[in-house]
This record gives sequence, structure tokens and C-alpha cells, in this order.
Amino acid sequence: MEETVKKGSWVQVHRVILPAGKRAPQVPEETQRVPLELWAKGFLQRDAHLGEEVTVRTVIGREITGTLVAVNPPYRHTFGAPVPELLTIGQELRELLAQPRARRGGAAGGDA
Amino acid sequence: MAGRDISYEAVMARRSEIMKRAVGIDYSRFAQGPLAFDYERMMAEVGYSLDEIRTIQEANSVGHTPLIELKNVTAAVRRTAPAGKGARIFVKDEAANPSGSFKARRASVSVYHAQASGYKGVISATSGNYGAAVAAIAAMRRLAAIIVQEVFDSRGLGQPEIVEKGRACEAYGAEVLQLTVGPELFYVFLLLLEETGFFNASLYTPFSIAGIETLGVEVAEDMQDREGRNPDLVVITHAGGGNVTGTARGLRAAGARDAVVVGASVDLSGLHMASDVDFNRKSFTTGHTGFGVPFATWPDRADVPRNAARPLRYLHRYVTMTQGEVFYVTEMLAQLEGLERGPAGNTSLAAAVALARGMDEDQTVVVQETEYTGAGKHPTAQLTFARQNGVEVRRGDPRENVPGKRIVIPETLDQIRAQEVDLDRLRRSYIRNAIENTGLKRVDPTELQFLMDETNAPKDFVVKALTDLGVAVAG
Repeated sequence: MEETVKKGSWVQVHRVILPAGKRAPQVPEETQRVPLELWAKGFLQRDAHLGEEVTVRTVIGREITGTLVAVNPPYRHTFGAPVPELLTIGQELRELLAQPRARRGGAAGGDA
Repeated sequence: MAGRDISYEAVMARRSEIMKRAVGIDYSRFAQGPLAFDYERMMAEVGYSLDEIRTIQEANSVGHTPLIELKNVTAAVRRTAPAGKGARIFVKDEAANPSGSFKARRASVSVYHAQASGYKGVISATSGNYGAAVAAIAAMRRLAAIIVQEVFDSRGLGQPEIVEKGRACEAYGAEVLQLTVGPELFYVFLLLLEETGFFNASLYTPFSIAGIETLGVEVAEDMQDREGRNPDLVVITHAGGGNVTGTARGLRAAGARDAVVVGASVDLSGLHMASDVDFNRKSFTTGHTGFGVPFATWPDRADVPRNAARPLRYLHRYVTMTQGEVFYVTEMLAQLEGLERGPAGNTSLAAAVALARGMDEDQTVVVQETEYTGAGKHPTAQLTFARQNGVEVRRGDPRENVPGKRIVIPETLDQIRAQEVDLDRLRRSYIRNAIENTGLKRVDPTELQFLMDETNAPKDFVVKALTDLGVAVAG
């Protein structure tokens, strides 16, 4: 089922920069235990399959090699779900504004 | 670069050589001793004049953003204040800059300088709005741009706020390199500088900081034009220190020396910035204490030898806010003022709400930035992500907030309170870092004066701090 990814496709490659255990000495233990990884995107320079070592040309024309991990990777970030804890804040504040404000003994302080 | 050793150790060992070529500044020119350097001379000789910066920024349509009086927010705050209290709150709508944040001011000068110096491209290591700013200005100036970001934890789960900023960089035509958590991002950054010969569009060069000075100038001039006087208090979201430093310098340049300069950060105490586990337990990726405190107490931890952002020189007060308070005021800004803006930039707005409440109603507070909002970079996105990562979200008293564990959205506006940070503690911490990092056993009058300038503290304070550390003071 491994389809060929055509040369010129917009793809993502992955590389391990520093393996686990070879991290900088100052990083905490949980970070030391995992590798430093890098992802980059570009145009595939030859027909290839996912998982192969390939070269891509980035949007500024640099060549980067790495393991082919995704084709035309989508943006997956969203606005998330409505947050019930936020939904009533507007109404609460409008009710607050409808209340009279504390006044200095008779002084007209402007009702801003 | 054939034959060059590109191992981590070798590249880190070449860092000053790489940096010198990539920034084009010989920082040793400004050295006055093992610790001291002539900060003002560096800013004057390396940077550009305010008039030059204005011209550079106008060429990119950067700056001259609207100053908006938040009348409904002020009115709401006054309903939580004693009679006669509740200062008027204004916001400088920096989201109106190209790329959607004040960072365009920094990028405009950096990229101009890169182009004027003959560099073919610029690189910036940033997970923040600065990446989009560099990418946008580079697009205008037809330079190549590479942005290096810390995005993912080891599960490959990306911080939504950073993923969005990466998308924005790509939208402006930049090459984006995405990394997992860790300070070794700097190693990748150095390798790229060496390989490409591009300019290091650092957040911390004199160019970058000088670019923010126009923001302080505009705040002062806008208020002088509209109100006939300077603002009483200016609140600045504080992370790496550039925003505080540049804005405060601009305020001074425009004659607003009497304005109280307040830094504000989101409290993320207890979360380790280089931790693979903590990384996605925070809902703010900038404007927080994880940068704010270390950069205030030792600025020279940045990607240049001498950081031009030196916030302790300029801060009159420093306060922290909780994540829940910032989300609350972000909602308030949208619902009462019709301004939907990104949360991180509203850290200073949350502080302004708390501080204005205790000020007289004829006084003014200026919040000096907003930032753009979008998918990933929005309260609903960030709180949804927090919940997915096991962080509890509920209404309640913000004092019950626990960074990385619980986000408490205030139940009422009057629960928003600024937590004052003891600046003297940060000053002592700065002095301790300075001594530890230089190994000085004895401080001469030049170093002493430098420490007084750096901490904005009187001589007896600095001498006492040094004596407590067992350091001799000469002269």
C-alpha cells in the first residue's frame, strides 16, 4: 500500500539532531531521555516512499535531507471547543456596567 | 564549510566566531572590564537614531498604531473601585502592525540592517510573534528568512500557539524549522548561521531594541496630543526584556520620565522551560516568568554576547498575573470593547485592570501592546489544549491557580489582582549571577558603577549585596 510520492510533492522530513542521552548537560532528566528532533518542509527532489531518506528543497531554495514522514502535511491547530467558563463573562460584565458606581460625596466624577 | 566539525561541542565552541560574523558587531569594543561594558555607547554607536528608525519603520508601514481608550473596561473597573478611584485605561493597538504585533518594530530595524550590510537572508530563533515579524519584513525587503522554533514535545504534540506562529511564518514565505523541546535549539541555530552566512536577526541586538523605542515615543506623544500630559503608568508585558527596555527608553526620549514603568508577566513559576513534560502544561508560550525572571536577573543568556535588553535598568515595578486572569481580560476586551486580540499580549491589560483600580480616576494607564489572534492563539484554543493535557480549568478565585495543574478563571472582575514581585530580590539575584558568571573576587569602581546602572540601585544597596557574597569592593 506504500504509494510512490512524486518528485516535486510538498513534503515533511524528520531528523534526529541529538540522540537521547546525548543532550546538553543542563537539560532536565525527562528531556535528556528523549532525542532532539527536527522537522522541515520542502519540495521532494526525487520519487520516494514514506520512511526513505530523501532531500527536499525548501521555499527559500535550501536543500535539507531527512526521513520522509508526511505528504502535504495539514495544519491541525484550531480554535478549540467553546469554553463554558468563558461563555458567561460578557454577560456578567454588562450586568456589572448596569450597576451604579461608588460616588464620592456628591462630586460629579463622570459616570464613565 | 566542508571539513568543519559539526558536533554539538565543536559548534558551541565556535559560537563567538559564528556570532561575530552573523551579527556584525564587535562587542569587545564596549568592554570596560570582566563584567562592565558601556551599554549606552553600544546603543548609540551600533544602533540608529530615532529619526532613522522612524523612517525605516515607515518604509514597512510599521508603527503609528492606534491608541484606543478602553472606556467600557475603565467603567467596569470603576465599579469594582472605591469612590474616586479607577484610572482611565488606554491600549496601544500593536496588532495593527504588519504581521500583527509590536515585534514588527524590532524586525524592521534588524532586517533593514541585514540588507544594508549585504546579507542575503536572515535567521531568527523564536517561537513567538517575532518569527512572523521577521518573515513579513524580510518578504518586503526581498531577503530570505529562516525561522527556528521550539514546537513539539517528544510525543510530537505541538503547542497550538507556536504551531500557529509557524504557519504565519510560512504564510510570509519563510522556511520554518520545527524542533522538539530543548535549549540545544541554539546549536541548530549556530549551524544554520554558519552554513548560510545569513544575518542573526536576534531579538537582543541594539537594532532590535532600538526598534521598540518608537513604541515608547508614540505612547508618550499620543498621550501628550490627546490628554496634554504624559501617562501616569505604562504597563508592558515582560518576557525577554526587550519590550520593557525599548519602551522605557522611548518614553524617556519623548520626555515622559515621570511615567511609572511596570512590567507584567504571566506566573508560570514551578514549570521548567526545558522540560519535555512541562512544555505542554503551560498555556502561554511567552510573556511569562519562565523568561521574565531569568532574563531580568541575567540578560546575557541570549543569542548575542551582550544583550541590549536590560530590563532591571528600567523597571519601576514588576507584577505577575495568573493565566486565568489573562484569559478573563482577553474575553473582556472582546466583549466590552469589540477588540478580539491574542491572550499573551493581554498580560499587561490584566495588570492594568488591577493597577488602575487603586489609582485616581483622573490618572491614566497605558497598556502598550496588543497582538493578533487566530487558530491556536486564542483563549478557546489554549484552554481546550490545556484540558487535553490534564490541566484543570474552572471558575474561582485566581489565587487558587497552580501553573501546569489548574487554571482558574476569575468569577468577578474585582478578583483580578497584581502580584508584586520584589525588585530588590531580583537585583540581588542579578548581582549574584554577575559575580558567579565572571568569578570576580573584587569589584573596582567601574564595575561597581556598572552594577548600580544595571540594577538601577543606589551604591549602598549594591555594596551590601556584594559584601554579602564575600566580594571585596575597591575604591
